[in-house]
Amino acid sequence: MTMVFEHFNFAVVIVLMMTGLFAVFASHNMIKKLVGLSVFQTSVFLLYISISKVTGGRPPVLSKKELHGYGGYDKAGDGADAAYKTVSETAEIIYSNPLPHVLILTAIVVGVATLAIGLALVVRTREEYGSIEEDEIDAYNYQDNLEGASR
Amino acid sequence: MKRARKRARANKMGRSENQHIILRVVAKLLIPLIAVYGLYVHFHGDYGPGGGFQAGVIFASSIILYALIFGLDEAKRVVPPSWIRVIMTLGGLVFGGTGVATWLLGGEYLNYTMFAPDSTHAAGQHWGIFAVEIGVLLTVTSVILAIFYAFGSRGGSRRPNNAPNLSDEDKS
Amino acid sequence: MDLLSLFPEWVLVHGPAAIVVLPLMVGALIALSPSEKLSWATTWFVTGLSGLMSLGLLLQVISHGPIAYAMGGWKPPLGIAYSVDGLNAPILLLISVIAFVCTVYALPSVIAEVEPEKRSPFYAAFLLSFAGLMGMVVTADAFNVCVFLEVSSISTYALVAMGSSRDRRALPSSFNYLIMGSIGATFFVIGIGFLYMQTGTLNMMDMARVLQDIGPGDRVVQLAFAFIVIGLGLKLAMFPLHTWLPTAYAYAPSFFTAFLAATATKAALYLLLRFTFTVFDPSWHFISNALMVIIAGLGILGMLAASLQAIFQSDIRRVLAFSSVAQVGYILLGIGMATTLGLTAGYLHILNHAIMKGALFLAVGAFWYRFGITKVSDMRGLGTTMPWTMAGFTVAGLSLIGVPGTVGFVSKLALAQAAAENGWWWAIGVIVLSSVLAIVYVGRMIEQAYFQPVPKINDKYIKRNEAPLTMLIPLWTLALASVAFGIDSHWPTSLAQGAAQVLGDGPILLVRETMPAIPAIPSTGGH
Repeated sequence: MTMVFEHFNFAVVIVLMMTGLFAVFASHNMIKKLVGLSVFQTSVFLLYISISKVTGGRPPVLSKKELHGYGGYDKAGDGADAAYKTVSETAEIIYSNPLPHVLILTAIVVGVATLAIGLALVVRTREEYGSIEEDEIDAYNYQDNLEGASR
Repeated sequence: MKRARKRARANKMGRSENQHIILRVVAKLLIPLIAVYGLYVHFHGDYGPGGGFQAGVIFASSIILYALIFGLDEAKRVVPPSWIRVIMTLGGLVFGGTGVATWLLGGEYLNYTMFAPDSTHAAGQHWGIFAVEIGVLLTVTSVILAIFYAFGSRGGSRRPNNAPNLSDEDKS
Repeated sequence: MDLLSLFPEWVLVHGPAAIVVLPLMVGALIALSPSEKLSWATTWFVTGLSGLMSLGLLLQVISHGPIAYAMGGWKPPLGIAYSVDGLNAPILLLISVIAFVCTVYALPSVIAEVEPEKRSPFYAAFLLSFAGLMGMVVTADAFNVCVFLEVSSISTYALVAMGSSRDRRALPSSFNYLIMGSIGATFFVIGIGFLYMQTGTLNMMDMARVLQDIGPGDRVVQLAFAFIVIGLGLKLAMFPLHTWLPTAYAYAPSFFTAFLAATATKAALYLLLRFTFTVFDPSWHFISNALMVIIAGLGILGMLAASLQAIFQSDIRRVLAFSSVAQVGYILLGIGMATTLGLTAGYLHILNHAIMKGALFLAVGAFWYRFGITKVSDMRGLGTTMPWTMAGFTVAGLSLIGVPGTVGFVSKLALAQAAAENGWWWAIGVIVLSSVLAIVYVGRMIEQAYFQPVPKINDKYIKRNEAPLTMLIPLWTLALASVAFGIDSHWPTSLAQGAAQVLGDGPILLVRETMPAIPAIPSTGGH
């Protein structure tokens, strides 16, 4: 039990992942399948975000104190330069790892795109078949197969 | 029949206009703020959390809010779908073009340092990210709007004419 | 050597990025194109240019060794690296050449199958899918693989769904593909996440180096491997995970089916090779077990079960789709042996299967184009009514069976030799049995076409109605290639041996440069 609480994030990831997969496999409704898929993908976002946490780490954003030259556009480069020096001098500041956040931003965008395509397919399927229940669609397809319908 | 439907629709419109007057006034105040906030998130992305992705979604949400309150047709008058396709492409080209520009300047693809190779404080990186983020902003905004328009402008439920009748015997 | 000097220096240096960037950008651009002819011509030009660049890269790799490219000037392992070596250069060439050849075919086929206003977006999506596949293969960054995997998959879902103007069953099959494909891609992302958790890097070579330090005992690494194999298994249609494939292949627009069948599973197979052999270490016990039991075992199951299923299909495209699953089984069997000969045979079959399956699907598209034929029973008399198309189909079909003088024979022979060397005598039996099943399902179609009478309409025999030249040329290019490489298999075999050598070398150990505490800005101006 303590193990679950020690790795609470991962426990949530597992629960979400299984919930999502179950919803995908168990439901015959196309929308419900997409919902399950989104939950499943969300669990991965959480997994990556959990990885990025460094114990005692700060958000990987330079604060104003570190950015002496913060201000106008031309100076901004100087600011980054100064910040670089500041940080490399005071190396004891621990930052959380920003890379997984960036990765997961990409994955979120991919998830949105997948969902959009999936919903578009649902809309088109409903227009063509009048149903979004997969067993009904299968029945129509079975008829199509018998008739050899190819329009 | 047709006229009756038209009248019903007009009634509905009139009612909704009356009912939603608060919504409309508040929206008129909020929409510009959301748009400006989107731009803030975008340009602040140079120094802090933010950037093209988030800003694009926020910016698009201001137009989506407009569409939700004033209707899709009004929104399409403000941002025509034909523009959206152009902007979508433009965004991609700005991003890709930045890389092509670095190629022309003799560096690797997207090597922003090439924009200001002599800078002591990596100004080239700054310009490169700026250009790329503009591309991201344009594309994300227009893609979100395109998705919204695409779903929003679909008609209601239509049963296909040729859909076979499904009786219980067929299912078995 | 002379051929290599024809390529400008720039292509050889920047080629790895250019072959991905070019189709991506042009793909975005032609979505706007008002004229479908213009879109088609641009697509053709871009795929041709990518093919040329891939050829240049391949020649460069053969003569000068691997090429590395640091995206954005960020040196690996920090930045995204693209690399071309003996393992992925032939796949790059394969994908771009197949795309180029198929695009010729697209001109009449897309007009017949896709609604007018969707044709420019169709080509745009095709270029995106193409760019995604190229990116998947060329990149050396594990997460970049995921991104390109999704780029190609998402555009593939849309393209499969575009078959709905021909047959509405394209919609549910595309949806099914979307669900299975997304689960597969997400499993892959989870696997990469676990690897990143343990290694702290995304560069494949760096990952391999850190994994060598961690060793095979780590549970997270084992889990990562499991997730990656299952995720890729879904994408490459490993036998029990193949359910999305037959319907997706059957109802997609025929031009795209040919491209998809020839390339999509191959790119995923490449990734499986890349991860199993050069990121992980195949000598680790859990990997060698997985190779022997899961990959080779499921490969063999697929060879038999999918071939059997292919026999009982009534739709030509479904017959060929199930046959694709079976052929993936051959490749997996070769990979599962994990010997140099086995890998060479598996890799050779990746190349050869792409050629013959591409030709077969192109021919099937032509049958539909002229007569609306999709069923095996409707193929009666095609040998008379479409002699050239049917002859091309027959050549590729014989190659699928593995008749001597065709590429199918070359790779099956190589596979049998590898099995014999490995002592897997039963595997030879399975290969022969599966080939016998292939004789049945291919023979059934050929028999219909040549030995059944031409059907009559109104008491008149159907007239000869050959496919247009734009369809025949790509079909015969691939069909002749399958004969040419079947008779003289020296070149593809040497490519496969090069790839097997890369795989045999195992994880490439990259000495990591000493890194600063935070990623320094890669500036030319020093501080």
